[in-house]
Amino acid sequence: MRLSLTLGLLLGVAAFALPAFAQHGHHSEREAPLWSQADEIWGEEVMEESRNALVHHHGRMATDAVEIHRFELQSREDEDVILLDGDIWYGGDINKLVVKTEAEYSLDHSEFEEIEVQALWSHAISPYLDVQAGIRHDFEPDGLSHAVLGLEGMLPYRFDMDGAFFLSEEGDLTAGVEVEYELMLTQRLHILPRAELGWSAQDIPERGTGEGFTNGQLGVRLAYDIVREFAPFVGVEWQGSLGETENILSAAGEDTEQTVFVIGFHAWY
Amino acid sequence: MFNRRHFLKSGVGVATTLGATSLLPAWAQSASHGNMGHMHHSATEFDLHVSEFPVNINGRTGQAIGVNGTVPAPLIRFREGDDITLRVHNMLDVDTSIHWHGLLVPFHMDGVPGVSFPGIRAGDTFTYRFTVPQNGTYWYHSHSGLQEQVGHYGPIIIDPAGTDPVEYDREYVMVLSDWSFESPERIYEKLKTVSHTYNFQERTIPDFLEDANENGLSETLSDRAMWGHMRMSPRDIADVTGSTYHFLINGHSTADNWNGVFNPGERIRLRIINASAMTIFNVRIPGLPMKVVQADGLHVQPVEVDEFQMGVAETYDVIIEPQDDQAYAFVAESIDRSGQAVATLGPRPGMRAQAPELRAIPTLTMRDMGMNHGSMGHDMSGMDHGSMDHSGHDMSGGMDHSAMGHDMGGMDHSAHMASAPEEAGDWPVERPDLAVGPGVVNINAMPLYRLNEPGLGLENVPHRTLNYEMLRSLEPNPDTRLPDREIEIHLTSNMERYMWSFDGVRFADIREAIQMREGERVRVTLVNNTMMTHPIHLHGMFFDLVNGGGNHRPRKHTVNVKPAEKVSFDVSADHVGDWAFHCHLLYHMMAGMMQVVSVLPDAAGAARRDEQLRHMQHQGMDHSGHGQMDHSQHQGMDHSGHGQMDHSQHQGMDHSGHQMPAAEPEAAATQQHNHGGHHR
Repeated sequence: MRLSLTLGLLLGVAAFALPAFAQHGHHSEREAPLWSQADEIWGEEVMEESRNALVHHHGRMATDAVEIHRFELQSREDEDVILLDGDIWYGGDINKLVVKTEAEYSLDHSEFEEIEVQALWSHAISPYLDVQAGIRHDFEPDGLSHAVLGLEGMLPYRFDMDGAFFLSEEGDLTAGVEVEYELMLTQRLHILPRAELGWSAQDIPERGTGEGFTNGQLGVRLAYDIVREFAPFVGVEWQGSLGETENILSAAGEDTEQTVFVIGFHAWY
Repeated sequence: MFNRRHFLKSGVGVATTLGATSLLPAWAQSASHGNMGHMHHSATEFDLHVSEFPVNINGRTGQAIGVNGTVPAPLIRFREGDDITLRVHNMLDVDTSIHWHGLLVPFHMDGVPGVSFPGIRAGDTFTYRFTVPQNGTYWYHSHSGLQEQVGHYGPIIIDPAGTDPVEYDREYVMVLSDWSFESPERIYEKLKTVSHTYNFQERTIPDFLEDANENGLSETLSDRAMWGHMRMSPRDIADVTGSTYHFLINGHSTADNWNGVFNPGERIRLRIINASAMTIFNVRIPGLPMKVVQADGLHVQPVEVDEFQMGVAETYDVIIEPQDDQAYAFVAESIDRSGQAVATLGPRPGMRAQAPELRAIPTLTMRDMGMNHGSMGHDMSGMDHGSMDHSGHDMSGGMDHSAMGHDMGGMDHSAHMASAPEEAGDWPVERPDLAVGPGVVNINAMPLYRLNEPGLGLENVPHRTLNYEMLRSLEPNPDTRLPDREIEIHLTSNMERYMWSFDGVRFADIREAIQMREGERVRVTLVNNTMMTHPIHLHGMFFDLVNGGGNHRPRKHTVNVKPAEKVSFDVSADHVGDWAFHCHLLYHMMAGMMQVVSVLPDAAGAARRDEQLRHMQHQGMDHSGHGQMDHSQHQGMDHSGHGQMDHSQHQGMDHSGHQMPAAEPEAAATQQHNHGGHHR
C-alpha cells in the first residue's frame, strides 16, 4: 500500500522532472537553422542532422555518476552498524535526476535499522547551489513516505552542504542538514570534519521525536585518496539526541549519546 | 583496393614486432632512427586512412584513433598555390573529420561536422580539394567528438611559392601533445563529476603554515579566506594534468627521448605545433636562445627569446643556432608544472640531454580574478558606465603608431609601451545581459590589459620571455581599415560544475550565430571572466591582434587569452561561409565554449571594402595608423567613470590583494622585453 504510494510519488517526480530534460531537444524545433550556408553544398537534410549532433555534443551531453559518500563500519558502544550514504545522479549541467540513499544495517541484530531512499529532481539555481525536490521513502523503520524540498551545494569557504525539509504522509514536518569540509594535509591525505543536525516541527510520538532540534552528529574522518575515486578513511563521531527528543529518550531509559569509531571508504565513479 | 582488416592486421603486426618508433612517420622519428632534419617530400595528393590502432606511449600500449596508423599523423607538405587533393578514408565505425587548422580553405572544405560539412561517415571516403593563398607551419586534426585527444592530429608544412624569408640548414617539426590512458569520454565525465579530480597541486595545511611563517598569519589567513569565500582555488590552472597525461614531443615521452641532430654553427628551424587536447606549454631550450620567425604560420619580424608560452593550437617557428658540441634539452612544460616532455637536440644521434627539474607551481593571484568580487556579494552594478564619455572617441585625433610600427630597429618603444597597461581600464564592460548564474561564477568589472605579459608562471623567470606585444608581422598587414563595429564576447565558466561558455551561453543553447557581412571590418574583443588561460581559435580567417603593432600587427588563428584579460583583434570578414569559433581546450569546447561565425555574402560590402583599400593604397601608408588605434588612445575619453565605482562597498575585504597593477614596473618589464625583441 505504502509502496504503491511511493511509486505513485516517484512517477509524480518523473512527470515533474522529465519536461526539464526535454529541453534537451533539438534545434530542429526552431523555425530556421542558426547557420546554413553549407546546406546548399551538401544538402539540407544531412546538414540538419549533423548540426543537431554538433550542438548536442557541445554542452548538452548528459553524464551520470555514482557516489558513495560513506560506506563505513560504525563501532558503537552496544552494537556494530554498517552505514551506507550515497547517491546516483544522471543529467546535464542544470537539471539532474538524483537518487540518494542512507541505510543502516545492524550486524548484531542482522537487520536493517534504517533504509531511506530519496528520488529528487535537482535544478541548478546559482553558481554553487541546486534546489532539489522529490520524494523520500523510508523502507525501514516505518515505511513512511515524505515530500522533499532541499538545497544542496557549496557554501562560501567551500563547505559542502546538503539540507532538506521533509513532509511525511502523516503531515509531520522535519528537516535535516549535513555540512562537510575538507582540510588537505597532503594532496591525498584529508581531514574531513562533518556535522549533521535534525529538526522537527512537532512531536512525533511514534518515532520518539520531540519538537525542535532532534539529533546531531559531529565527526571527523581522516581519508587517503588512493586514487581520487577511492579513499578509505578512519574516524570518530559523536552522535546524540537533542532537546525534547533527548528528554523523551532519557525518560524511556535509552542512551541519548554515544561516541562511535568508524572505518570505511568514500568512492565515486 | 585498400582493405580495412588487412590494414588493421598489419598495423598490429608492426606494433608488436618492431616497437613504438616504427609506428611513427619519418618526420617524427629521432635522429637515432634516421631523421636528419631534411625533409622535402612535397606532394599534391594524399591518402589519409583514419582508423583505430594500438600505440606504445611511454612503454605502455594504448588504443589510438589516428591517421595512417601513426601518432602523430603523417606530415602533409605541399607548395603554396598548388591544387591539393586529400582523400580521407574513414575506417572507424563512427564518424570522423579532418580540420585543416589555420588553412584558408573554402568553408565547405574546413572539416567541421555540422558547420562546414556533414562529416565523414564510417566506411566512407571524403575528398578534400583546395588551393590556399598562404605558406607556413600548420596542422590538422579531427573535429569529431574527442578523437583529437587520442591521436588524431598531424603537422602541415606549406612551402612558399617564392623564396622563404627564413634561412635554415635543417628543420624539425616538433608536435607537442598530451596522451592519457583513460578514455577521453571518461576524462570528460570525471571532470563533470569532480572538476578538480586531476589537480594534485592544491594548497595544503603545511603550505598554509609555511606561508604564515613567511608572510605572517593574518595575511595568510586573509588570503585563504578570500579564495575560500569565493569557493575557488588559486591552483586551478589546468583541468587535466600530468596526473593522467603523458606529455609528448613527436609522439615521444621524455623517456622515449626524441632526438634531433645538428652540426654546431648550423641554423636549425624548429616548427613547433601545440597539438594538445588540453595542455598549454611553456617552451624553452635552456642555454639556447630561440629566434621566433613565424607565429601561427605567418612570418613575424625575428624576435629572440629564451622561453615562450604556447596555447593549444598555436604554432611557432623558431631558429636556433647551437654553436657548442653539446646536447640541449628541448623542454615543453605544462602551464601548471604538473609535468613536461623533454627532447634532445645534439650534435650526434641518440644523445640524451639532462632534463631540468619541474619548476615551482604557479599560484593565481587576485589579479587573475579581474577585480570583481561579485561572488562575495559586493554589487558592482553601481558602477556607472553611462557616465563614461564616449563622445570623445575622436578617431582622427589618435596617435599615429604606424610610424613607429614600420621600422622597429633600434627605436625606443618605452613611451608607447608604457601606455599599454592603461588600455584595460579604458574599455568599460558593457554587457548588462551577462549575469552570474549556474554557468557564470564571475563577471569581471575591470579586466586587464595583459598582452605585455608572458603568461601565467613566466612573470619572474630569469630570462627573456615572449609576449604578444613583441610580435610584429614581417609583411605589412593587408587590411588596416578601422573597424566598422565591435563585438564583445565574454569567456565564462563555472569550474565547480565544469561549465564553459561564451557570454554565459553554452553552444547547445545559443539563439543566434555571430554574424558578419562580407567586406566588414569587425573588432572582436574577448573578455576572460575565468581564471584559466583559453586559446581561442577562429576558423577561416586570420585576425590582426590589436597589440600596438601599427600596420605590422601579428595575424593569428588562435589567441591565448589570459585570466581576467581583455584582448581585441580586428578581422576582415572577407571569407564567406560558416566558421567555427571556439576555445581550443578540447573539454571546454565540448562543454559548450563554442560559437559559429557566419560571414554572409554581401557584394556591396565587398565592393566597398575594395574601394576603401584602393583608396588607402593611393594615400600611402599614413592611414594605417588609424587602423591600429586602440581605445586607450582616445584622448577625449573621460576617465572619471572609474571614479564612480564605489570601493567602500568592499567592506571587510583586504584590498592589498587586488591592487590595480602598478604601471611603472609593468612598463619597465615591457621595455626590457621589447628591447630583446627587435634585434635582427
